[in-house]
Amino acid sequence: MTVAAPPAPPGRSGRARFARVRRDWTGLGFAAPFLAVFALVFLAPIAYSVYLSLFQDRLIGGTTFVGIANYRQAVDDPQFWDGLGRVGLFLAVQVPVMLGIALLVALALDSGRLYGRDFFRITVFLPYAVPAVVATLMWGFLYGTRFGLVADLDRSFGITLPDPLSPHLILGSIGNIVTWEFIGYNMLIFYSALRVIPSSLYEAAAIDGAGQWRIVAAIKLPAIRGAVVIATVFSIIGSFQLFNEPSILRPLVPDSVTTSYTPNLYTYSLAFSGRQEDYAATVAIVMGVVTMVVAYAFQLRGMRKEA
Amino acid sequence: MTATTTPAPARAGTPDRRDRVRTPLPRPRRRHSVDRPRRSVTLTLLSSLVVLYTLLPLAWLVVSATKTQPDLLGSPGLWFSGRFALWDNITQTLSYDHHVFLRWLLNTLLYVVLGAGGATLLAVLAGYGLAKFDFRGKKAVFAVVIGAVAVPATALAVPTFLMFSKMGLTNTPWAVIIPSLVSPFGLYLMWVFSAEAVPAELLEAARVDGSGEVRTFFRIALPLLAPGIVTVLLFTVVATWNNYFLPLIMIKDPNWYPLTLGLNAWNDQAATAGGQPVFNLVITGSLLTIVPLVAAFLLLQRYWQSGLAAGSVKE
Repeated sequence: MTVAAPPAPPGRSGRARFARVRRDWTGLGFAAPFLAVFALVFLAPIAYSVYLSLFQDRLIGGTTFVGIANYRQAVDDPQFWDGLGRVGLFLAVQVPVMLGIALLVALALDSGRLYGRDFFRITVFLPYAVPAVVATLMWGFLYGTRFGLVADLDRSFGITLPDPLSPHLILGSIGNIVTWEFIGYNMLIFYSALRVIPSSLYEAAAIDGAGQWRIVAAIKLPAIRGAVVIATVFSIIGSFQLFNEPSILRPLVPDSVTTSYTPNLYTYSLAFSGRQEDYAATVAIVMGVVTMVVAYAFQLRGMRKEA
Repeated sequence: MTATTTPAPARAGTPDRRDRVRTPLPRPRRRHSVDRPRRSVTLTLLSSLVVLYTLLPLAWLVVSATKTQPDLLGSPGLWFSGRFALWDNITQTLSYDHHVFLRWLLNTLLYVVLGAGGATLLAVLAGYGLAKFDFRGKKAVFAVVIGAVAVPATALAVPTFLMFSKMGLTNTPWAVIIPSLVSPFGLYLMWVFSAEAVPAELLEAARVDGSGEVRTFFRIALPLLAPGIVTVLLFTVVATWNNYFLPLIMIKDPNWYPLTLGLNAWNDQAATAGGQPVFNLVITGSLLTIVPLVAAFLLLQRYWQSGLAAGSVKE
């Protein structure tokens, strides 16, 4: 693992120029194993993806170079836009709700006004340790109108609640699962950022007669803006990649979750059920570019306000 | 792309705290100071709502794991009912279909030990190398690796699958392990952590004493990096243990399934008309799947919380 690092010359640190050269290789030597695997599983697939997206597998003539024809097809593909619109809506509603709750909990923890603070912190974080598969299975059971929590409520109160797994409610139900999974994780990011605010700032504010809400608005929120921006960027990326939850729910409710429900699900179906690898690669690239543009734009905006 | 753009409020606390000791504090006007505010019942109750929401599905899972298949369908979900069948369910889960659950558990452990262990090792080495040494192209490495976080998993998955299938790696453990070896988040965390936790003077002193770079790393840097390593290890373990998408694509043979794929296969079987309804196994298996990770997080919280806090300093 450290083969690339040449042996250090003994005790000659005085010669800065040689030390410099030596370090050149050492640092790269430490990083080399990571970079090698990174090239294999990140850079090579991206390059291969771009290559694939320029070809089409046709019945007659085999694989032919088609230029940007696949991209044209993606731009005109209603199933792709349908999925993109859905994750866009998901992003617009679920991310603010999740981050809002996470932020409130983090502020509550940081205020020091809670009884049993450590219990709250660790409990809210627990879902992070639960696999998406298990989280989705659990909520899938709870959503059940035959048995499950919704059925229990219906039976106890003699009412008929709307079916959370029906086509027009399923997106919200998926949003609830994702919210449940990631409130704790985001809360922890915010909480860690809040902890490093020097307490002298609070003391100064208290002397000036600032109340709790004033301290939150004037000191805490501006101080953790960086953490909020990063959490939002991660959530944007996560939303655009939405796959696990709808894919796991699909066998239960094939009518509500179509094969092109999200762009990722669409890519997956194209590649593995439809055997259209070239087009799947194209859709994945378009989606990757959209994700990066939105995430980057948000980050630029968020960071500029800070200055 | 994130760390380079943000200013670092690092270490702002240290000098202030020293000042506080020197200058006498003004007498607090209220009994409760800024440091130890009055506890609030209202706030605690409000936060309890979030805790209830968090615990609801988990409580349901624990309660349901104690029920037989008929009781599961015929009794309210959030309370115990009928025979206490947890031990029966566990035995049944472990032995169902020629102990396939144990096989899945062993597969998961294999993927976790090699995948998460390897990912942590690579991240620690690379993070240390990038934080403590200068070399040409270092900034480019950082930009590319952090930019990679934004690339959707599926954009990589399809071409990776095709590449691996040409190399004959699909349907083998390597197809899951190799992609797990790269954790950009782990690298970022170790980079920040190494920069903070390993003083350059210490490394220089070791060099003057004639210690080789490899020896210096293992004898001096590694112990200082321990909290960061535990953090990265925990997060890569969670990522590998919970991974669903990667094995879903790469593994077709149920004998190489990790737990997540296996549970999903059981659930599909139970949901299919005519399939054997094994909901009690899905539920008990789910419980068995999450217990080790929850236990690890609870036992190691001191480590990962300090590690994360260090990482957030630079955010």
